[in-house]
Amino acid sequence: MNLMESLRIAIGALVANKARAMLTMLGVIIGVMAVIILISIGQGVKSDVTSQVSGLGSNLLFVMPGRMGADTQQSVGFTYKLKPEDVDLLKRRMAFAKDIIGNIEAPSRVKYRNKTHRTIVLGTSASYPVVLDRPIAQGRFFTAAQVEAGRRVAVLGKTVVDDIFGSENPIGKRVTIGAQKYLVIGVMSEKGNFMGQDFDDGAYVPLTNMTSLMGSDRLSHIIIKAKDEMHVKDAQDEAKRILGTKYSPDDYSVMTQGETLSILQNILSIMTLMLAGIASISLLVGGIGIMNIMLVSVTERTREIGIRKAVGARTHDIMIQFVIEAIILSMTGGAIGIAIGIGGSLVMKNWMPVEVTWWSVMLSFGFAAIVGIFFGVYPAWKAARLDPIDALRYE
Amino acid sequence: MLEVNELTKTYQLDGFSVEALRGITFTIKEGEFVAIMGPSGSGKSTLMNLIGCLDRPTSGSVILDGQETSKLKDNQLASVRNLKVGFVFQNYNLLSRTTALKNVELPLIYAGIGSGNRTERAFEALKIVGLEERAGHRSNQLSGGQQQRVAIARALVNDPSIILADEPTGSLDSKSGTEIMNILKLLNDQGRTIILVTHEEYIAGYARRAIRLLDGLVTSDKRVGKK
Repeated sequence: MNLMESLRIAIGALVANKARAMLTMLGVIIGVMAVIILISIGQGVKSDVTSQVSGLGSNLLFVMPGRMGADTQQSVGFTYKLKPEDVDLLKRRMAFAKDIIGNIEAPSRVKYRNKTHRTIVLGTSASYPVVLDRPIAQGRFFTAAQVEAGRRVAVLGKTVVDDIFGSENPIGKRVTIGAQKYLVIGVMSEKGNFMGQDFDDGAYVPLTNMTSLMGSDRLSHIIIKAKDEMHVKDAQDEAKRILGTKYSPDDYSVMTQGETLSILQNILSIMTLMLAGIASISLLVGGIGIMNIMLVSVTERTREIGIRKAVGARTHDIMIQFVIEAIILSMTGGAIGIAIGIGGSLVMKNWMPVEVTWWSVMLSFGFAAIVGIFFGVYPAWKAARLDPIDALRYE
Repeated sequence: MLEVNELTKTYQLDGFSVEALRGITFTIKEGEFVAIMGPSGSGKSTLMNLIGCLDRPTSGSVILDGQETSKLKDNQLASVRNLKVGFVFQNYNLLSRTTALKNVELPLIYAGIGSGNRTERAFEALKIVGLEERAGHRSNQLSGGQQQRVAIARALVNDPSIILADEPTGSLDSKSGTEIMNILKLLNDQGRTIILVTHEEYIAGYARRAIRLLDGLVTSDKRVGKK
């Protein structure tokens, strides 16, 4: 018996039980769909992060507390040791740096009249908007002189303004940050949401005030802007050398943007794989559904199997017939799942970064096919080894 | 062309052994029409299943067309069932949601015959049993007599050495039964070897030789009158 014939018999059997075939396929459809959508989200987020980090300008260096790198991926148990003096030190001694700013980050409350907003307060220098390429939407950023003098002036993110000022113009108003009164002088331009993090939810104050607000002068990080893209590596070596005279290598890391990116990408790849893994479980469950229905089908069609065997079907003829039926179920389910998965991803593109990748389509379809074969073989084997006499007597 | 030698078959049922056949020997020549008779439990159907390669004997041998079938592997037995034996069952055993034509094609499919040739041969077989006009009907849309005729067409289609009919009229009214027996008789007249299992003397009367069984043994084997 040739394959075409087995195919025709299998399709005939499935068409005869359309509703059941559809329900059986549902498991695989959902599984394949979930794999494609989740991988698409993972990929989308990854390329979004890549473009966002790249958008910062490729000549930035980040000095972070603790030991970090593409190989360690985690900085556990570090203490903040970097100080504002280190920024001055770097400024004095670095030849390849164009600008250097040290920041302190801390969660705090911003209060205006009876409204309070919890946010992240960043103590920074006057050149922050230039170094990170973040323009001011309204008013202006604080000047170097204001930082030097420790003026109580603040620039707010859009989210903070919207929350506590509403439609009121915030410029010139006084807010309370922590326990200190600040004059609002500017509003940052909008940057938007990303992965559930709101980049407009923040308040910026002179670094000098932050040390008194926090009661500590340890920097959260230092950002170095290299002279140009050609000298990023030179600047990195230089910064490491200078900081190395003061600190142990475990206390800080100087990372280029590329390194930061590769760490982020690593994390996001792991996240994507995890999502795919979770989705694969539903594919597996779909496979078990196929096996279940195929077993029912074998029992229901015992007489048919007996008749086929009585007129000359060999063991493998029956086996192939049932395996093909399972494969058709899983592959059709896989194809429908792909269509819905791609369609769903494209619809979701309206709200979040989504990127459909070919490998996720191939992977899920391949997996669906394997699931069909794997879970189809046992029922098929059960069918094939039925004794013809017993099968014919079966009622 | 068919030799049955010292055939025994013992079934194991819940620890009991039941001897269905206790040493059966006979020979059937080409072109014979033999009725195997006996009360229920005498071993008729067991014998039929062994001749038809649906089952294997406990001991003894069945030699069909010079081939010892009792020692064959499963797939070789399937091949013998496909090419050398045409089986007609009491309850027809057709695929229910399948057309008469497709049912008749079934043995040809497993014989590996291409679809064009297959349809032609299946149609020819339906013509022999006078059902060519019902070729497109599903088997569950046919009457019992018609279903049995489809089953005979299916048994014929691969041009087997022997046709085995196990109580072919057992589920039919007497008119349909007579029709079926006339078809079998016609096939025998055309030179086909037929073995018929029945417990009705009237049906056995169509055959030319009757082998009577009782408790798994042959009690008589003689020529009978031709109808």
